[in-house]
Amino acid sequence: MSEKKEIIVKAVGVEKHYGVGESLVKALQGIDLDIYSGEYLSILGPSGSGKSTFFNMVGGLDLPTLGSVSIDGYDIQELSQSQLAWLRCNRIGYIFQSFNLIGVMTALENVTLPMLLKGESEEEANAHGMGILKKVELYDRWDHKPDELSGGQQQRVAIGRALANNPKIILADEPTGNLDLKTGEEVIKILKNLSEDYGTTVITATHDMKMLNISTRVVWILDGKVEKIRERKDLQIHIGGMGH
Amino acid sequence: MDKLPNQKPLPLSNTIRISWNGLKMRIGRSIITLSGVILAIAFLASIWFNHDIMTGLKIMGTNDENLLLILQENKINLNELGLDDKTKWLIILSLLVSAVGIINAMLMSVTERYREIGTMKCLGALDSLIIKLFVIESGILGFAGSLLGVIIGVFIAYIPLLIQYGSYVFSVFNFMDFLKSSSYAILIGMSLSIVFAIYPAYVAAKMKPVEAMRVEA
Repeated sequence: MSEKKEIIVKAVGVEKHYGVGESLVKALQGIDLDIYSGEYLSILGPSGSGKSTFFNMVGGLDLPTLGSVSIDGYDIQELSQSQLAWLRCNRIGYIFQSFNLIGVMTALENVTLPMLLKGESEEEANAHGMGILKKVELYDRWDHKPDELSGGQQQRVAIGRALANNPKIILADEPTGNLDLKTGEEVIKILKNLSEDYGTTVITATHDMKMLNISTRVVWILDGKVEKIRERKDLQIHIGGMGH
Repeated sequence: MDKLPNQKPLPLSNTIRISWNGLKMRIGRSIITLSGVILAIAFLASIWFNHDIMTGLKIMGTNDENLLLILQENKINLNELGLDDKTKWLIILSLLVSAVGIINAMLMSVTERYREIGTMKCLGALDSLIIKLFVIESGILGFAGSLLGVIIGVFIAYIPLLIQYGSYVFSVFNFMDFLKSSSYAILIGMSLSIVFAIYPAYVAAKMKPVEAMRVEA
């Protein structure tokens, strides 16, 4: 990647504590990390490592106990609830392991919900939403409810929803975790294209080796600290070593 | 660095539509929530309807010997025109039971939908939107339940009255009184549903967006 490195998420000395006194648990013990605009970053770590806690913080879903997290230049601790909602709505697209489509809404309604929350009128949102469904190849399924769609189709609707407001950051939590190999690959391809064609920053928590393989960088979290960070070129060797 | 704008609230028409669609899709749960309101309002409305007619009959009975005879046969106290204390207590109790039912059903609905609520907050929904969604939902259920309750109340009140007093019921029937009792019953049912949904709605609104990330074991 030869373009200049602009920082989109900056974590400085991030700590997260749960409980008090003797039962105090330090889930994160001082994490410093810069995430650059347009990169595809994967966060790895065993369960209980603090990976999810850090991941949620980077996505503006949780606040640090100590230290600071800035998203697109804004320190999330200094934002009001309403400003945080604006940031999540306009700057970040979320993709979940279990898709999290709103079950009572059609594919189109799911995709247009963030647009309506952003303030688009219904006509604008519907036209815009149909365009997005076309992009994820679900144009003819716009009026289907999530339970009438396959897992892969649901995840594509979810990706469409995440893209609704042209976010700068896509936060994907194990996006291939509930999908079979082939649909998982489709999802990876969409995310990769996004990152390459539109310069969207993709941050994922994953165990999927194929996801790691296309990442710009991989960050390993262990015991609430950054254990190591690897660039893509070093990574290929690493995965080659693991995958035989 | 520019100050970040505040998130704008979703227009009410969209909010109502989301609530309405949710109700339609979760028809099973909606009916359970509804039944408590239906029963309480049917009870309340039937007592009021009965009271309206009985008051008319007691007054008419002073000038009509046949009617007086029937009233006396049925051991009706002709001097007592208001509702007795026992009936008032029963009404209050039935409304209380219904209120507890509403809180319970709405809290269950919040628990069932933690992930949906979390997801909406991830997408940029404000706390106030979540509160509105639940309160509107409960208000619609309250209105529908009260309306059904009033209809059932009509049957509960009028069938025995017609059997006992026959056409006298028609001669003392006053449409304005009927309308008044019906609207009060619906108003009470709706207010009950809205007021007692506020706490569950608040619980829902305070849910953190991180909840959306939770994966069921």
